Amino acid sequence: MRRKLLAVPAISGAVVLAMAAPAYAQEIPEGVASQVILDNIWVMLAGVLVFFMQAGFALVEAGLTRAKNVGNIMMKNLMDCMAGVLAFAVVGYSIGFGEEALGGWFSWGGLGIPGVNDADASSGYLNLSSSTFFFFQAAFAATAATIVSGAMAERTKFKSYFFYSLVITALIYPVILAWTWGGGWLAQREYPFSDFAGSTIVHATGGWCALMGALILGPRIGKYGADGKPRAIPGHNIAYVVLGALVLFIGWFGFNPGSELAADMYVPQLAVRTLVAGCAGAIVAMMLNWVKDGKPDVSMAANGLLAGLVAITAPVGAVSVGSAVIIGAVGGFIVVLSVAFFDRIKIDDPVGAISVHGVCGTWGTLSVALFAQYDDAFLGREDAGLFYGGGLDQMWTQLIFVGAAFIWVAGASGLLFLAIKHTIGLRVTPEEEMAGLDIEEHGSPGYGLDTVTGGLPVLGAASATTPSMTG
Amino acid sequence: MLSLVTAVIKPYMVEAVNEALKGAGVAGMTITEVKGFGRQGGHTETYRGAEYTVEFVPKVKVEVLVATEDADTIAGVIVAATQTGKIGDGKIWITPLAQATRIRTGEMGIDAV
Repeated sequence: MRRKLLAVPAISGAVVLAMAAPAYAQEIPEGVASQVILDNIWVMLAGVLVFFMQAGFALVEAGLTRAKNVGNIMMKNLMDCMAGVLAFAVVGYSIGFGEEALGGWFSWGGLGIPGVNDADASSGYLNLSSSTFFFFQAAFAATAATIVSGAMAERTKFKSYFFYSLVITALIYPVILAWTWGGGWLAQREYPFSDFAGSTIVHATGGWCALMGALILGPRIGKYGADGKPRAIPGHNIAYVVLGALVLFIGWFGFNPGSELAADMYVPQLAVRTLVAGCAGAIVAMMLNWVKDGKPDVSMAANGLLAGLVAITAPVGAVSVGSAVIIGAVGGFIVVLSVAFFDRIKIDDPVGAISVHGVCGTWGTLSVALFAQYDDAFLGREDAGLFYGGGLDQMWTQLIFVGAAFIWVAGASGLLFLAIKHTIGLRVTPEEEMAGLDIEEHGSPGYGLDTVTGGLPVLGAASATTPSMTG
Repeated sequence: MLSLVTAVIKPYMVEAVNEALKGAGVAGMTITEVKGFGRQGGHTETYRGAEYTVEFVPKVKVEVLVATEDADTIAGVIVAATQTGKIGDGKIWITPLAQATRIRTGEMGIDAV
């Protein structure tokens, strides 16, 4: 997010945006009113692109898991967005962007979204109205929430996942917002944090929740052989994986350029840096995987694209297009090694979410301190990066930032998952897991109820939905 | 006397077998997608950096109902159409049958073929 107006008392002020209202249009220069509308419409459209990423996540996760769980993973992707948006609206947004509290470690602006029923109410962020800013931020909250379902796929109880989704968007993610984009302690340091569009704030938050979830759940049945070596459980639709990754790629042109929070001439630059980083990530991941395993794995190339995009998300406002290529390429390199690492230490992440979002999100956040040349409005200075003579000042802040985010997110989500595990239960029974979550959790298979019989109801199909077989 | 010629072949050989059998005057056949392993066993692949073994290799099973005196000829036609000389070409076996019936007309025995 660029150029936050720290002087404006956050969302509680509900400052009236006179220039956005037709009634006031004659009182101000026409060009200014156009700019306000343009800013709001662009950020709205960027928010729509970010919501489109939900479709990308759903496809990637469905493709990388087995056909017997396809309905369940789609349902989790659907519901973490739906539940996440409402939880964020009721309390999350207020915790993220309300009045500063507890010395910048929390904030609060009352329940709901201040000013959202008034078309002219300002959010306090540049020219954006309350509704525009909330819409854009809600899309980000839904992104943080949905990252987790892939890492916990094929073995997590639906109701437990639904409950988790409410808590991450109501509390875990908003606290990170309060520390950062909301103007809290990390923004108040002598050398403030820099995370333009959320490598850590959004992606590592989702990634570290995914890590704790996968760790506490344990691996899928059959993932490790008797010798303890990881065994591949191939996903059921590689076409979905690539299609989903490309949908996410398109969505990222809302995620990063939209985080400018204005329609200006920086937006296209942000898009170009995002573009090249994603391409570099995909190519490097493919090459490394090719050398390492002998064949270029399709889904690892798709993971490489996402790794490059996650990595460029923090530094996108501060680095040159050349640096963006390097940052994305390193992301693609890291993700291949990271996926193998988590496989080896028996943290079973079917889609690579921990590596893509947690590990590469952290890399992207640290890369600001190496490559920053331009002031992204967080840094407050040019040439802040180590490679441009900025020394290590920014690196200390970025390290504190990623460390604090890890401790909060892993701690809070770890407690949450343990609490769920010891109350309503986190994992389905082994019988359910082997039969597939579609029938056991939701009552019908995702595919193929009618493929043998041509759609005629037959006894075999009907018995699959009898109460005796549902978990 | 009737026999069932059963061939388990590479999936991409189905077209060649179909044409060869039609050329030999066979009036019908049934194919099924099956999986299995023979003397070559399964094989190992990698997925996302982890290895997995394909224990059962995809094959197609072709079944042709013929007069017993034609069975060896038909098996020879299938061999000629599918033989590459490489491991995994498949197998053919012939089973004597007790009876066969054409459902539409009720014809039995050789008339049902």
